[in-house]
Amino acid sequence: MARMKFLCDADRCIECNACVTACKNEHEVPWGINRRRVVTINDGLPGERSVSMACMHCTDAPCAAVCPVNCFYTTDDAVVLHNKDTCIGCGYCFFACPFGAPQYPQVGNFGTRGKMDKCTYCSGGPEADMSQAEYVKYGANRLAEGKLPICAEMCSTKALLAGDGDIIAEIYRERVVTRGYGSGAWGWRTAYGDTVTV
Amino acid sequence: MLKTLISRLPMLVLLASLTTLAAPAAQAQVNPTASSVQEQELMRALQTGDFVAGRVSIPDERAGALIKPGNKGWAGIQGTTLRVISVAAVLVTLTILAAFYAYRGRIRIDSGFSGRVIERFDGIERFGHWLLACSFVVLALTGLNFVVGRWTLLPLVGEDTFGTLSAWFKLAHNFMAWPFMLGLVWVFVTWVGRNLPSKVDVNWLKVAGGLFTRGLHPPAGKFNAGQKLLFWMVILGGVGLSYTGVFMLFPWLAGSPAEWQTYQVIHALFAAFMSVVIFGHIYIGSLGMQGAFSAMGSGKVDLNWAKEHHSLWVEEEVGHGKGAAGKPGAAATPAE
Ligand code: HEM
Ligand code: SF4
Ligand code: SF4
Repeated sequence: MARMKFLCDADRCIECNACVTACKNEHEVPWGINRRRVVTINDGLPGERSVSMACMHCTDAPCAAVCPVNCFYTTDDAVVLHNKDTCIGCGYCFFACPFGAPQYPQVGNFGTRGKMDKCTYCSGGPEADMSQAEYVKYGANRLAEGKLPICAEMCSTKALLAGDGDIIAEIYRERVVTRGYGSGAWGWRTAYGDTVTV
Repeated sequence: MLKTLISRLPMLVLLASLTTLAAPAAQAQVNPTASSVQEQELMRALQTGDFVAGRVSIPDERAGALIKPGNKGWAGIQGTTLRVISVAAVLVTLTILAAFYAYRGRIRIDSGFSGRVIERFDGIERFGHWLLACSFVVLALTGLNFVVGRWTLLPLVGEDTFGTLSAWFKLAHNFMAWPFMLGLVWVFVTWVGRNLPSKVDVNWLKVAGGLFTRGLHPPAGKFNAGQKLLFWMVILGGVGLSYTGVFMLFPWLAGSPAEWQTYQVIHALFAAFMSVVIFGHIYIGSLGMQGAFSAMGSGKVDLNWAKEHHSLWVEEEVGHGKGAAGKPGAAATPAE
């Protein structure tokens, strides 16, 4: 079993937003929800960088710590998933998440948000793998099909990496050494407690 | 916060480029892309509560917040600290009450029932009390479920049922908030005049109301000092809960997420505090003291009970001629 992670090499990301679109399409994500988004830091200035961000599938996930109904669980691949049948849409996980991953179908108040939705690392939910019920609630389960998340798989510049943490860290490290610069493994320190040292 | 950070970014870029410039001159072939913004630099420059942010092309501007490390701090407080405090508050209070009951037993009317009653609370007063009390109990129990349900109720009923129940509890918590606030205002208006501090309160407090001494009944008006304290704690606690609760109910009224988090922490602390206070209140109003419950039940209390616990108030009422109603004969003729 692997320890799945995402790593966005911001020095390669061209802010094409294809990952955002592919994700929405792959999982039929409802209107208003973006499981993945691209944030541009220092937009329009020299040295600007774009980072594609979704749920980082944290170690000791803060969302799981605050959920009043304990509906989060971590898979053998260290992917953080949740059970929409149990979720009461309280919104606590949004306030706990450092990456703004949890989102709700309605931008309503405490009572009216609906079931939380977030990136599943393309691995569905608690329903039977690749079942229709799973697809409707969580989207495709590519991991069960032996594939990696669609966002990283189709990234044209291979900026967005998905896979075992050690392997993608090694790829990133090699890149930084070869080209001589790197703006860092965005979010790693916050999500996993350590970063990629070059 | 977002704006400050964005405005600070050019500075950071400048810093970053200066460091690159300071690199050995041998690296003459400067790579322009190397002088980029660095995650590490941004994270280091963050002040508490700030976050790393940029621009997004999707309509939701808030999605521009990229990394908010501060959220983990709140998650720790909510996920651990508040839970421990809430559970400890409930358990410690129950233990203290049980110990008090073992030590003092039920506080009885020393001179026995007189058989004559006196009106203590009219319909308006009792309606306000029960409006406040019923809504509070629902709020407290459903609120407590948010805190400890996943360790108590969940293992008992299973995840499916627990999810359904919790969703209903959440609705109950949202909607009971309004009757609670109405009850709070009601109780404040009807009773504030009777709850202003007075000289007799000092003496009452000095002897702890005779709670620990059999047969000791310091003089008191309609409300004794202990009840006045309860009144003000409920008003302050209730206002605190309502104020923070409304922001939790309408998150975007609260302003930034950090402000919402602050309100949530205050809400949970006030809830724990209020539960402690109300546990004590419920105990003394029912099991703990003979003859007390009917004051809020039928609205009438036994005259002897009233004389022992609220002597000055009885004098006042009897003086007004409102005095002991009921069956005068019952007291005049001994039962035998
Ligand atoms: C006075 C009685 C009340 C008690 C005992 C109480 C108790 C609680 C507790 C224990 C929580 C969970 C806090 C946590 O997660 O750690 C909570 C949450 C909440 N309360 Fe209250 N509360 C009361 C009144 C109110 C009022 C008056 C309002 C609104 C006006 C309100 C609105 C909320 C909201 C929106 C939440 C968030 C739900 C959640 O915890 O997930 N509460 N309350
Ligand atoms: S990124 Fe957010 S939603 Fe994902 S595991 Fe971490 S805290 Fe939970
Ligand atoms: S919104 Fe759902 S998943 Fe998030 S903390 Fe609340 S109940 Fe848990």
